[in-house]
Amino acid sequence: MLTDLTLAEARDGLRARKFSAVELTDAYLAAIEAVNPKLNAYVLVTGDGARAQALAADAALARGDAGPLAGIPLAIKDLFCTEGVRTTAGSRILEPFIPPYESTVTANLLRDGAIFLGKANMDEFAMGSSNMTSAFGPVTSPWTRRGDNRALVPGGSSGGSAAAVSARIALGATATDTGGSIRQPASFCGITGIKPTYGRCSRWGVVAFASSLDQAGPVARNVEDAAILLGSMSGFDPKDSTSADLPVPDFAAACRRGVKGLRIGVPREYRSEGMPAEIEALWQQGLGWLREAGAEIVDVSLPHTKYGLATYYIVAPAEASSNLARYDGVRFGARTSGEDLASLYENTRAEGFGAEVKRRVMIGTYVLSAGYYDAYYLKAQKVRALILKDFTDVFRNVDALVTPTAPSAAFAQGEKMDDPITMYLNDIFTVPANMSGIPGLSVPAGLDAQGLPLGLQVLGRPFDEETVFAVGAALERAAGFTALPGIRAGA
Amino acid sequence: MSLDPATVRRIAKLARIRVDEAQVEALRTDLNSILGWIEQLNEVDVTGVEPLTGGTQMALRLREDVVNDGGIADAVLGNAPDRNGEYFAVPKVVE
Amino acid sequence: MAYTIEGASGPWEVVVGLEVHAQVISQSKLFSGAATAYGASPNSQVSFVDAAFPGMLPVPNREAIAQAVRTGLGLNAKINLVSRFDRKNYFYADLPQGYQISQFEHPIVGTGVVEIELADGSTKEVGITRLHLEQDAGKSVHDQHPTKSFIDLNRSGVALMEIVSEPDIRSPEEAGAYVKKLRSILRYLGTCDGNMEEGSLRADVNVSVRKAGEAYRTRCEVKNVNSVRFVMQAVEVEALRQIAVWEGGGEVQQETRLFDPNRGETRSMRSKEDAHDYRYFPDPDLLPVVLEQGWVDGLRAALPELPDAKQARFISEYGLSRYDAGVLVAEQATALFFEGVARGRDAKIAANWVTGDFFAAMNRTGRTIEDPPVSAAALGQLLDLMADSTINGKIAKEVFEAMVETGKGPAAIVDERGLRQVTDTGAIDAAVDAVIAANPEKVAEYRSGKDKLFGFFVGNVMKAMAGKGNPALVNAALKAKLG
Repeated sequence: MLTDLTLAEARDGLRARKFSAVELTDAYLAAIEAVNPKLNAYVLVTGDGARAQALAADAALARGDAGPLAGIPLAIKDLFCTEGVRTTAGSRILEPFIPPYESTVTANLLRDGAIFLGKANMDEFAMGSSNMTSAFGPVTSPWTRRGDNRALVPGGSSGGSAAAVSARIALGATATDTGGSIRQPASFCGITGIKPTYGRCSRWGVVAFASSLDQAGPVARNVEDAAILLGSMSGFDPKDSTSADLPVPDFAAACRRGVKGLRIGVPREYRSEGMPAEIEALWQQGLGWLREAGAEIVDVSLPHTKYGLATYYIVAPAEASSNLARYDGVRFGARTSGEDLASLYENTRAEGFGAEVKRRVMIGTYVLSAGYYDAYYLKAQKVRALILKDFTDVFRNVDALVTPTAPSAAFAQGEKMDDPITMYLNDIFTVPANMSGIPGLSVPAGLDAQGLPLGLQVLGRPFDEETVFAVGAALERAAGFTALPGIRAGA
Repeated sequence: MSLDPATVRRIAKLARIRVDEAQVEALRTDLNSILGWIEQLNEVDVTGVEPLTGGTQMALRLREDVVNDGGIADAVLGNAPDRNGEYFAVPKVVE
Repeated sequence: MAYTIEGASGPWEVVVGLEVHAQVISQSKLFSGAATAYGASPNSQVSFVDAAFPGMLPVPNREAIAQAVRTGLGLNAKINLVSRFDRKNYFYADLPQGYQISQFEHPIVGTGVVEIELADGSTKEVGITRLHLEQDAGKSVHDQHPTKSFIDLNRSGVALMEIVSEPDIRSPEEAGAYVKKLRSILRYLGTCDGNMEEGSLRADVNVSVRKAGEAYRTRCEVKNVNSVRFVMQAVEVEALRQIAVWEGGGEVQQETRLFDPNRGETRSMRSKEDAHDYRYFPDPDLLPVVLEQGWVDGLRAALPELPDAKQARFISEYGLSRYDAGVLVAEQATALFFEGVARGRDAKIAANWVTGDFFAAMNRTGRTIEDPPVSAAALGQLLDLMADSTINGKIAKEVFEAMVETGKGPAAIVDERGLRQVTDTGAIDAAVDAVIAANPEKVAEYRSGKDKLFGFFVGNVMKAMAGKGNPALVNAALKAKLG
């Protein structure tokens, strides 16, 4: 089946004219039609646009001036503004919003010839770890526990992107990661995802959650596919003041580097109390694979990493409370009227935002408010400096760190919903990379006892995604992860 | 620090989110559980630590002073829930 | 004598500090490439950044930052090589982001000083607390629809400098002089056009009153005062109001007030039910602004001569009085005009002509210094005609008026109208003889000691010569013949 091909295989097949971009796109659109109703991974399918793009890709392939992603069908997380195509950020408040502009990341993908199948579901404003907070309904994971048909979560916030790639209704997808929103769903769905270094991908045109943490990245079938996609998504953008003016390396080539002679750090603080034994075992196995491949495994300490999550839940809501102030029903988006301007604002935002967004906006408002700023926000910024310093110190001695991606495999829809903190703990291993801006990749490394995927996380130095890919690819080769979800195209 | 109902109402007001009286208690419980959990930061000694404000440590890049944007009133107004000619419209504001 | 207001309980001192908002002269906005020009059709100078669309990001304008630094240098202020943009969070219809990007904790310019000159010739230093950059908001239009307000975002994102003074000002006159001086410096620097009618310069006036020797009492902020005269009035009426409150046994409440120039009073702005809590924090979309000392030095080296330095130079170089020099340097264009007239000539005479007949003609004709009724070169030529005795001072005034009226050069007018001064001693003697012959009684009185009559004879001789007699020669001839 065409939908079984990896991105690299599909790219080569298109170039060899084994099949056309229109055929590949139609295969995906048919798969979406069959599978998406079970998953709700897409909130919008843009079939007509995709076919038009496929025709153009075929023409370019015929002419011989096709871009590196010509004819590759992708899902676009609904956080990326797409010109003329509704962009909701998973929120009721943006339900009517049609952006008159294209985000830099998606524009880069279009420049390279990619085809957009549609907009992927997500947690509202990227706030969540389960995709349960989407205003357009939860995404169901394509995976189920052995002998248990309960619907599982795909992780979040990029749950639609991860589920679509895992279920083979997209060849790859854009995603974003503010506290783990690429890596955790990649781990839950048995695929690869990378959050690159802060500044690697432009944030321009990506609906902001927490500006100092948000970073775009891809989710893909495998490490090489992720590397290819990231190469297209990345690059300097003068429209984003925090975009790094650095050349984009050949990430795909880095996947073939191997790990011989690399020093891989194992942060002892990640052995948190209560880590499931099978995750601990998988971790050890991963380290063993790297050792066998010629890497040196080194024990390291990140003493402040355990405060990452608490710090995150000050910084991210604070920034979000301000970033989301623009959703006021005046210039775009949904409006709920009121007798005066103040009630228009209050009604619009009460109706337009879901419970988790309201909670975080209110927490953020509180921690910035007069009398509490120093105790919360300023304190968090100082702890954040210590977290960064931990990484800076460690990366003097090691080339990369390897940890589990998440403290558990996917859970069922409705689980971990009792109180916000239980859900927040999903991001305990991923958040430190956002706090410090370093790149982090999740690669599937095995299954748990119930047959659910588990990922390992590779963290690297700022702007050294190449080493991260090299380590990720080595883990991938050793793990030989071939398991497939029950719900998928052609299944 | 534990929030009382009045503070919950004040924050909601500042955030311009209408909160019905019936929701206040549930919100208060949620927010307090988050704030209580955040209190763990109290055990971190941050004496002499400079706060980290952004996601990156680069210097700020500046743009040249040229007019290369604007002149797109229709696009700017195209998503407006209420517009009147070339203006956005809101309920009358009394100053 | 310090300014005080006499209340029922005795004299009150007035304490004033000003926050002046000055629109930066730049082509594009502080964080977007949309134009800043005044008077465009609604929402035509708005980018998606200015309208705060989802995912839009600010990128700072180098020139706006340079303008703030130039202004800081012009205010003799400390330039902070590291500053930062913060967000000031509040909701308002014409504030699309729901926050204003401003500088709260780390402004780009620190403390400085402005010297003001008062009517009695004394000078006073007013401290500058800080200058920071921020975005302007859009404009709400309330009078076009019965139930709606309209929003125009053309101004949204235009760069403003907020210049905060210390509470060093003690009278309406000082407040007015401060704003005038600040405006003059900004215009010299080319960092703000100072146009108060179009709102490119507006002041928030902080006023309190106290008894001599007291600590500061509660102040009120009078918002958006948009002329020098209104600033002075606002200080006075707000001080009077506060005195009445204190003396009536009440207490002044800290609040924001509006100045109503029609009624000549300030009134409380509808108090918001929830107090402002701006929740300032560093803008996570922007990194710290880091300036190179060399860049700042380059800007400093390129600064124009500023009013204070120019005034000092006019005093030393041209021998002008402090007052005249002050008048001439208030506007850069006036100073330039003056120097065009004075260069190579008698500067005091040039100053008298510029501040006298020329200013009068400018007012009368409604012309401006940029489009003057008489060019500096032509006025200079007129002065030259006096200096070489082609015409005398009295005729010069006549020629000047003709220049204003006709636009012709002075030499042409003198020739056309035959106004050349008479230096022929024969003709002068004849006129003197005729006047002496016609006034025997006055001659007798003069000769008997009534010296004051000399002017009478001069006047009559000049009259007889149609004003064209060389005054020195006429004087000499009269002296000789009257004995």
